[in-house]
Amino acid sequence: AAVLPMPAMADAVADAIAAFTGGVTPSEGGVTVDAPEIAENGNTVPIGVEAEGAESIMLLATGNPTPAVATFTFGPLAARQAGATRIRLAKTQDVIAVAKMPDGSFKQASATVKVTIGGCGG
Amino acid sequence: MASDVKPRVKVPKSASAGETITIKTLISHAMESGQRKDSDGNPIPRSIINHFTCTFNGETVIDVVMEPAISTNPYFEFDAVVPESGTFEFTWQDDDGSTYTDTKEITVG
Repeated sequence: AAVLPMPAMADAVADAIAAFTGGVTPSEGGVTVDAPEIAENGNTVPIGVEAEGAESIMLLATGNPTPAVATFTFGPLAARQAGATRIRLAKTQDVIAVAKMPDGSFKQASATVKVTIGGCGG
Repeated sequence: MASDVKPRVKVPKSASAGETITIKTLISHAMESGQRKDSDGNPIPRSIINHFTCTFNGETVIDVVMEPAISTNPYFEFDAVVPESGTFEFTWQDDDGSTYTDTKEITVG
């Protein structure tokens, strides 16, 4: 598989965040990213996100061929603005969650996951 | 592949009014990411479930837009408020245009 140079990856992550926030810079904190410190199998890494009061949360994997993972949008019957799923991680990397708040502000947090075996079939 | 796609959902059968319950969903699906190549080196086309929603009596609980980074057999866990007796409806949308649904009744009493 072709390996993208690092600046291209950083741009893709910045672009994805900018597309979600409309150019607003997120503040740090106020979001919880629940991820394992070490994932032996990058094909299925359990990840949980929570941001109290958020309208939606976007999840990004900074070291994957494409950073987008999922966007959770919460309805009136969501008891908590939280969700858990399982994701693929190509290599050791940071997972970023960006939360959109009802007042138009954005919050961000990240977690580093060490991946033993990559999960993108490369 | 649209064949052998089987949704599985875990919802309590009963709750008290306004109670928070945890819902777990799993659907069997290969979630072909589009990043892999076959033995001849040709890229295998992307084929994933790209959208998941959960509603209760027509009101949204959660809506998830999914990308190829979601693992094989997509799993979601989240919490919902149950204001009254009714029906949870779960919907998954496939890249190939298929829609898979499941429903679960819950009784408030």
